[in-house]
Formats: sequence, C-alpha cells, structure tokens
Amino acid sequence: GNWARLAAQQALTQDQLLQFDTFGNVSLIHVTDIHAQLKPIYFREPSVNIGVGPNRGEVPHVTGADFRKLYGIDDGSPSHYALSSGDFSALAQEYGKVGGMDRVATVINAIRADRPDAILLDGGDTWHGSMTCLRTQGQDMVNVMNALKPDAMTFHWEFTLGSERVHEIVEGLPFAALGQNIFDKMWDEPAESFKPYEFFERGGVKVAVIGQAFPYMPIANPGWMFPEYSFGIRDEHMQEMVDEVRAQGAGLVVCLSHNGFDVDKKMAGVVSGIDVILTGHTHDALPEPVMVGDTILIASGSNGKFVSRVDLDVRDGRMMGFRHKLIPIFSDVIEPDKEVAALIDEQRAPFKEELEEVIGQTDSLLYRRGNFNGSWDDLICDALLSERDAEIAMSPGVRWGPSLIPGDPITREDIFNVTSMTYGEAYRTEMTGEFIKVVLEDVADNIFNPDPYYQQGGDMVRIGGMGYRIDVTKPQGERISEMTLLKSGEPIDPSRNYVVSGWASVNEGTEGPQIWDVVESHIRKMGTVTVGENDNVEVVGA
Amino acid sequence: GGAALLVASLPRGAQAATVDELIAEFTGGADVADSGVELTAPEIAENGNTVPIEVSAESAEAIMVLAAGNPTPPVATFTFGPLAASHYASTRIRLAGTQDVIAVAKLSDGTFARTSKNVKVTIGGCGG
Amino acid sequence: MAEGVRPRVKVPRSASAGDAITIKTLISHPMESGQRKDSDGNTIPRSIINRFTCEFNGESVVDVKMEPAISTNPYFEFEATVPEAGEFKFTWYDDDGSVYEETKAIEVG
Ligand SMILES: [Mn+2]
Ligand SMILES: [Mn+2]
Repeated sequence: GNWARLAAQQALTQDQLLQFDTFGNVSLIHVTDIHAQLKPIYFREPSVNIGVGPNRGEVPHVTGADFRKLYGIDDGSPSHYALSSGDFSALAQEYGKVGGMDRVATVINAIRADRPDAILLDGGDTWHGSMTCLRTQGQDMVNVMNALKPDAMTFHWEFTLGSERVHEIVEGLPFAALGQNIFDKMWDEPAESFKPYEFFERGGVKVAVIGQAFPYMPIANPGWMFPEYSFGIRDEHMQEMVDEVRAQGAGLVVCLSHNGFDVDKKMAGVVSGIDVILTGHTHDALPEPVMVGDTILIASGSNGKFVSRVDLDVRDGRMMGFRHKLIPIFSDVIEPDKEVAALIDEQRAPFKEELEEVIGQTDSLLYRRGNFNGSWDDLICDALLSERDAEIAMSPGVRWGPSLIPGDPITREDIFNVTSMTYGEAYRTEMTGEFIKVVLEDVADNIFNPDPYYQQGGDMVRIGGMGYRIDVTKPQGERISEMTLLKSGEPIDPSRNYVVSGWASVNEGTEGPQIWDVVESHIRKMGTVTVGENDNVEVVGA
Repeated sequence: GGAALLVASLPRGAQAATVDELIAEFTGGADVADSGVELTAPEIAENGNTVPIEVSAESAEAIMVLAAGNPTPPVATFTFGPLAASHYASTRIRLAGTQDVIAVAKLSDGTFARTSKNVKVTIGGCGG
Repeated sequence: MAEGVRPRVKVPRSASAGDAITIKTLISHPMESGQRKDSDGNTIPRSIINRFTCEFNGESVVDVKMEPAISTNPYFEFEATVPEAGEFKFTWYDDDGSVYEETKAIEVG
C-alpha cells in the first residue's frame, strides 16, 4: 500500500544505492545508450517486449508483473519503478526522475573511490537524442563524457552525425574508439580510425576490451551519411580478435557491444573466449547478469537511468568469479556532482530559453517503449495525420525517448527528446496498399525473425490512421493481415494509393518540415494533450 | 527509419534463361554434388546494390555465380589460372530482393559441386 | 566510353618465391545494366565491363566473365602465387570496346 511505498522511498539513500562489497581485482563500469540525456528524466520501461524463437519468454522479453515475480521485486518498490512498467505515473510522482549525467558522475566517482582504476566503458548511442546534441553536432555530449573520463567507447547513432563529423570527434577523443566490425567499405579492411580492441593493465591483469559497433547501421540508419563504412556482426573476425588478444596475454576479455541483447546472446554461444559482454542497443535493464556458457552478459538500460558495476576476480589468466550491481540513478536521491552539473549547464546555456519554452500540457502518460505503440508515437502520428494532411502516418520504432507523466508541461526540449535526429524530415508521399504491407512485413521481420542475427533491435513501425493484425510466429510476408483504414473502416486496398506521412526516412533527399516542428505545431493547437488507449494493433502469438 | 523505398531494381528481362538451364549449360548436364564449394555472403545485405560475396572450392577450375531471384540470374564466372594460389575470389553483386545466391564449381577431376546462401535484402529497420 | 574510369589495385611490393599473396582490385565504372529506364521511360543501354583478367608474367591468375549483376565500381579480391619477380597485368574489357590496363611489379627477396 501507500504507506509501504512512502517508507520505501524514505529509506532510499545514496549510500544504499551505492552499497557494494568490493570483490576481486578488476572493476568495470558500464553506461550505454544515454541518447544525450544530460538532465534527469522519467523513463518508463516497456510493457510489451515479445521474444521469438529460442528467446520466447526469456529475459529481456519478460515485462511488468512477470518481471517482478521473476526477480522477486516487491510491488511499489524502488526496483519496481526503476526496472518494470505498471503503475508508472503514480510511482514516478513518488520516486521522482531518474538519470542526469551529474548524478551518473557521482556514482562513477564513488566506484572509483573504492577502486581507483575501475575501467569506464561507454556502449554508444551517446552523441544523439536531444536538441543540444543536435545543435552542437554531439559536442555537448563529448564535453560532458570527457569529464567522466571513459576508457573506451563503441558506436551506433553517432554515425548519423555523418562520417566527417565522426572523424573530427574521434580524432580528438582522449580514450579508445573501438569497433572490430567497423570496416572500410571500399577495400573490405578494418577501418583505420577505429581500433578493434584496447588493453588495460588492472589489478595485475591484462584486460582486453573489444568493441562491437551496431552491426546494421547502413540498414537501420541512412548509409549515405557514412558511405565509407561497412559493419555487420562479423563473428568470425570477433573470434580472431579474441584469439589474438588471448595470444597477447589477456587474462580477461570484455566485449563492449552495441549488438542488441539477443544478438549478443547468440554471439556468446558462437564466439568462445569472451568473459564479459557489456550489451547495448536494445535498452534492456537487467538486475542480474545472464550466463551463456562461461560468458556473462550485462544489460545496463538506457538514457542515463542506470550504471552497471561489475567486479571480477581474475587469476591465472581466468575469470574465477564476479559480483554485479545495476545501480538505478534516482535523481532525487543521488547528489549531483557539482563540476559536471556546472559543465552541463554550460552546454545548455546557449539554448536555455528555446529548450524551456512550454508548448502545451499533457493529461496522459507519454512514453515510447513497447513493441507496437507508445503514447508519444500515437501523438506524433496524430501530428503527422493532421499537420501533413495524410491518411496514414508512420513513426519509426526507435527505443529512445523519455517519458512525461500526466500533468507535466510539454516543453520544446521534451519534443526534441523524442524526435531529434539528423534526418528528421517529415515526408508526405503516396504508397499503394500493397507497398504499405511490404513495409510492415519487412520491419516486422527485422524484429520477429526467430534468428537473432536477423534482428535489428528496434520496435515495430508505429502506424497512425490504420489498424492491422500481426501474428509474430509467422514468416515474413504472412505476419500482417486485416489492414484497415480507420477513418472509413474499409480494408486497405492493395492497388489503391494512400497519402502517407512519416519521418526518419533512410533515403537521401527526403523532403519535408522537421518532425519536431510538426509535433510542436500540433501540440500548440491542442493545448492540452490527451492520448487514448491504442487498440489498433491486434497481436497474435505473443 | 520505418519506411524507405526498395533498393536494387532490375526489371525482368524478356527471355531470361532459368537457373536450371544455366547450370545445365555450365555442367553439360553432368550430376552436381551438394558439397565441394563454399559461398560466403552476409545474412542481411547492407545495400542490395552492392552485396559482398566470396566463393571458394579447393581444386576448382571455374566457379559460376548465379542470383536466383534476379530478373537475369547470371552474375559472374571465375576461371582460375595456373597461378591462382587458392581457388577463391570475392566480389560485390546486385540483388533485386531477398533471394538465394548460388555457386556452382567445376572441379579439376571433372565433377561439379553447388551450394547456395540466402541473402536478405531489407528496406530498413528501426533502431534502439 | 564510360567517363572517369580509373583502375586501382592493391598488390604487396615484395614476396618470397612461391608465396601466396592477396590482390584487391577496383575500377570506377557505372556498370549500366541495360535494364534501367530513364525519366522518359526509355531503356538506358547496357554498358558494362564484361571481363576482367589478371596475369603474372604472361600466365593466368584469374579470368572473370562479368554480367550486369556485378555492382557499380567492380571489385575483385583473389590470391596469386608468386613464383619469381615480375609483373602483374590487370585488364578490364568494356562493352564499348575500351580496354583498361594496370600493371604492378613485385620483387622477390
Ligand atoms: Mn543503438
Ligand atoms: Mn540506443
């Protein structure tokens, strides 16, 4: 009940969040998928995250009450709020916001006070996701992250800044930019600007950190922005790198990965000799490591909401044991680091007024995460339908984007937090009913293909103005049926042209107003936003 | 991004020879074994217009590559000379959609071998 | 003749006699498939490189018959045996009759 909740909240202290019995001789600190969230936010974890094939019913495809039951988490507890969906708005009001890189800095400093040579690793999706990041082409995040002194980093959305800008930043990074799977496309050779791995001498152990960038960059994002590069999983090359670092005396092999959880899980079974995979990309937050053979997989969430600490006992060239904690960053409980707080303010200062302007209010919980829809995307689709005068709207199933709770003002910053990107043009075009089905089938197979190596780690494209039925167990081409135009209630005609508006097209030369301007204009007209339940997608086989 | 347009469009030719006809022409109608040649290709093409593939067969005299789902299936035929150190070659090909890429090798003992690999050509996904 | 055609090859400068070396070649070429239409609906005529060969001191390493399904800027990678010092000769044959050549000497030490 409420009393228990309040008691739990009052009992929550910084010391308790940081409590850790130091173990072994090596410590890793993992942050990933920050998506440029410098300040505290709300972030609702998904209630729908379907696993297919071998991962049906396996973590991270367990949500809500099932997740709490699996890990023995009490309803209404801080862990309930941080790690699972359900009762989110109420718990958010009680426990407050999460994240903030100044709080993350405090946690990192505390771990370093314990273990001064702890290795800090950033899993990527760092230089993307906010207005200040977009306007400064990632410089705000580079400045703040540099202050945290990471030891290595790998990449995904960073490349959407364009390869020229990525080169410019990477050249000046005071730490290793890693990616064993980043290849020069022309000659099919490892790219010069990115090393496959880096060694660190810690606690008498030679630690190798191998980077793994997002494998499907040119498919999920516009390849024309970084035409010099090819990616892919390249697990055979990963095995070569593991063998190479072992031959050079590595006692501990860590893979800093942006594969996505299920891809990492499969890779852990294919590549031998990796001790720890620090996973990223799919934004999962797991309170315990997942073991695949002798490899441990760590999932550290997203948006600055968590920091993982992994202590390892490495002796005689072997990992003998580990201790792990997923530390939730409760913004009201963890004291901000003053230096980093000032640095963050400095990055935001030139944009302060623009960021803070209130565009509207929300009566509803606005969130994104979930396989099929989130209320933020419903709102974005509504904006596309009305502002671009379309019959059908499409919004990409990305997993970034913080939440707002009922009663919150919607600022311009909030709109950018769920839309900002370097290819945000809101196109308006005609598509046949048949082509719309092809698009849905194609995206669905990138999520629900039973072989994780075919999964790109996002969620289903969000659709406005149209309903459909999906059987996630079927093969590509047979998953989608009963496509219906909501306005008329008529079935979608394969041969008819429909006016479709969407954003985040990977095609070069896409034209249209920026999506954040479209959404802002829509919210201004609405004043107060209310987003109803979305039952337009019927899911079968979950 | 959610919606993109299809890549690699090669419209159907008027009288494209079928895969079976092309293989029969290459082998002279001889039997084709299921092992003895290897084909490496990505699970998912980064770009259907330029898909890296690799073929190899120990002791191959020649390897023919076909794209079964292209309007015209022929892709290339590699004939190895006396100074080929290994009977291996890599190139980049156009695939007009998800399909099987096929390699047929003529081995030095006069026999033939084939293999295939499915390559997915996708119009794009969305990211985490 | 296709414009701006430029061959590029990667060959080690030296090897030991009998070594197997990796060779990579690229040639900038549109490889017009003959199956595309222009904006007026007219078929753009086929114009591709239809054959590529690599020889070392006059003896064949590889001979490739190429079809329109080979990508723009054709790329080949293969392995050659280097029996003695000499010269690799690379030749690309264009549909329009043009022949592009490149040579690379290799030392044996
Ligand atoms: Mn990602
Ligand atoms: Mn991410």
